Amino acid sequence: MTAEFGLAALWLAAALAAFQLIAGSLALTERGAPLAGAVRPVAVVQGLLTLIAFVALILVFANTDLSVKLVAMNSHSMKPLIFKIAGAWGNHEGSMLLWVTVMSLAGGFVALVERRLPERTMLATLAGQAFVSLGFYAFLLISSNPFERLPVVPVEGNGLNPLLQDLGLAFHPPTLYLGYVGLSIAFSFAIGALITREVGPAFARAMRPWVLGAWIFLTLGITAGSYWAYYELGWGGWWFWDPVENASLMPWLAATALLHSASVLASRNALRAWTVMLGVVAFSMSMIGTFLVRSGILTSVHAFAVDPERGSFILGLLAIYIGGALVLFGLRAGTVTEGQRFAPVSRESALVVNNVALSAILGIVLFGTLYPLVTEAFDTKVSVGPPYFNPMGAIFFIPMLLVLAVGPLLRWRRDSLGRVRKILLIPAAVLAVAVVALLIFSDVKVLPFLGLALAPALAIASLVPLRGRNLRRTPLATWGMVVAHFGIAVALFGMASESAFSVERLVAMRAGDSTEIGPWKVRLEAVEPVAGPNWTALEARMVARYESGSGTTILPQARSFWSPPQQTTESALLTRWNGQLYAVLGGETPAASGPGRWQVRLWWKPFVSMIWYGGVLIALGGVLAVIGRTWSDVKRIVARDKIAYRRERQGR
Amino acid sequence: MTGEPESAANKPSRWMIWLPLALFLGFIALVMIGLYRPAPRDVASTLIGKPMPEFDLPPGLPGRPGLASADLKGGEPHLVNVFASWCLPCRVEAPQLERLAAMGVPVEGISVRDRTEDLKQFLARYGDPFQRIGADDDGQVQLALGSSGVPETYVIDGKGVIRYQHIGEIRAEQIPMILEKLEEARR
Repeated sequence: MTAEFGLAALWLAAALAAFQLIAGSLALTERGAPLAGAVRPVAVVQGLLTLIAFVALILVFANTDLSVKLVAMNSHSMKPLIFKIAGAWGNHEGSMLLWVTVMSLAGGFVALVERRLPERTMLATLAGQAFVSLGFYAFLLISSNPFERLPVVPVEGNGLNPLLQDLGLAFHPPTLYLGYVGLSIAFSFAIGALITREVGPAFARAMRPWVLGAWIFLTLGITAGSYWAYYELGWGGWWFWDPVENASLMPWLAATALLHSASVLASRNALRAWTVMLGVVAFSMSMIGTFLVRSGILTSVHAFAVDPERGSFILGLLAIYIGGALVLFGLRAGTVTEGQRFAPVSRESALVVNNVALSAILGIVLFGTLYPLVTEAFDTKVSVGPPYFNPMGAIFFIPMLLVLAVGPLLRWRRDSLGRVRKILLIPAAVLAVAVVALLIFSDVKVLPFLGLALAPALAIASLVPLRGRNLRRTPLATWGMVVAHFGIAVALFGMASESAFSVERLVAMRAGDSTEIGPWKVRLEAVEPVAGPNWTALEARMVARYESGSGTTILPQARSFWSPPQQTTESALLTRWNGQLYAVLGGETPAASGPGRWQVRLWWKPFVSMIWYGGVLIALGGVLAVIGRTWSDVKRIVARDKIAYRRERQGR
Repeated sequence: MTGEPESAANKPSRWMIWLPLALFLGFIALVMIGLYRPAPRDVASTLIGKPMPEFDLPPGLPGRPGLASADLKGGEPHLVNVFASWCLPCRVEAPQLERLAAMGVPVEGISVRDRTEDLKQFLARYGDPFQRIGADDDGQVQLALGSSGVPETYVIDGKGVIRYQHIGEIRAEQIPMILEKLEEARR
């Protein structure tokens, strides 16, 4: 029953989306004007209906109703409850339903609260939003119905890919989806603004919280995904330039650019056409990312969500939405009047540099991700990896970092470098000291060198905008900027340090053997079998000692799941303030080299955790900015209402 | 702080406006080629056409012969089934293996990471089509075969060369296909 109920709610929601599209479009014409009142309520109800459908799916999974095909394919009665629930979206159909749910809820929320835009633009926005949702409803209901029943009920389900049975990963895709969906709202705003030609500060202010929100979730999603790959895949790396990772990075780059250009538009009414285009591009990147991941067109370490037919469907949606939006942009961009002008040295110019650099990096990542496809069209298989992405990205990333140090200090419209020269002396001195110290005390490769040299200077420069301010009266949005920029410096330091100073050892150890890695002494005590709810494992008990400190036990495992049968490695991490010890248990060495010797792989990675602390700081900066902006917007609206009310009372 | 007059130089030129669309169309074209061209996308074992790796496995059951790569060079094609008693799909494919064995196909087994007791029960319950069963207790032979999981089935020709790798369980409708592969291996 629950499944049918959910399916019915989904169909109703799709019908309402169709109505929202038609009513919203007609309301823009003179004769359809009476329909305008229906659009907002319909959007809200549509959101609630999808929520009902999603709750129905979670219930079906929690009860392990094996007559539902999706449950039988992806779940198992002997799985812990939390993974049963997470299993609801750990597969294609469920994750698409999650996407649609979040998108409709967000649309309903916009309809409920957004009052800053002219009503016509709002109608166009909601119609655009319904248009996008409609495609996803069609996708769900036609080609990936999550509630499909099986004619014969199986005795037991297939289980969930053991790699996905991990708490961090259970919440990784939803986080990214929230980001993608936020960008779809920004996309709808851009469409609405293009249709009614109302590209201005009000549009930027209405769009900004959604971009910020999306950006926060993308940042967290990428950070969490990177950490997951780091400890679960057991390869010791934290970023592989894998197509799936790139698919999440590209929308983030576009959203970061959009965030900055929207702030120019909101405060200075400049960069109008550019901001609208970034709004389209950011959502395009989320859809292209989803397409690349889902279609299986690129082979990847994350190959657990692949289906070419679905790929064609997403490609169709992509062509309609993005192609349509770009045509609309081409037709309208000529008539969008260019905004305010600014001098070459000004806050605007710094933000333009940021935008150009981010777009260039986006182009580099996109090209690198698609390049194997280009060559495959000519029958050569290649894979593009760090040797391309790292230096090419750095060409734009490093100038961007330098501008990042200066930009926030500049005034809007026109400024002179002379004014900020004195303030920049401290970061410049720090940079010089770091360069000299690195030259004397270590020999590292070019990129880590640049990272290590720039990170401390950048950290200080990011704090400089707070200088001379009353810290308690500094706007929250400024704090957000400072924290996010500081986070970039922290993450940069982590990345550079990991790549410059990591040590790796692969040893075959008997119980009782000791080995050294960096400042650590590691002793293998024993290897014993252990059992979990749906797996068995070999667990190595190892005692690690930092220099002459006391020992800490770490327990890396080699796990075997039995439904579906698969082996995973559970690495053991030992975190200190200055880095992580990373241990992976491999197999038993072949009998020829004597019995009872175990392959153990060890890494010492100085300051590696800074990468993820940095990511979290960046997201935190976003959170502060969202709160600050929303708060000041609410205050402004309240003040305006008060003035209007007083005028009315005084009869003016 | 009033705005300065608009300038034509600041306006994006015509072709710049259409550039994103052009790039996007290029992307779509590229992806269409990739998606609809029948590219060899299935995971083909790199071992196909190569001789079976050398191994000599102890018997999986006491009193029955083990399996060595030398056993597969007798001039007749063989079917080598990598299985385990703990594997659910192996139960699904057991009847198909029985039928193949009944048709006179020599079926050899490699049981991966198994216990004698479990193996005995598995064979008693789901049928025993195997001539020989080698016990691959540490999964070394499985790895050497380039097999990523259980069950997998290999068609080996009379000279011990791997001719076909079947990933996953053999379903009833795939029996003719397997027979055809064996026929090809005979040639």
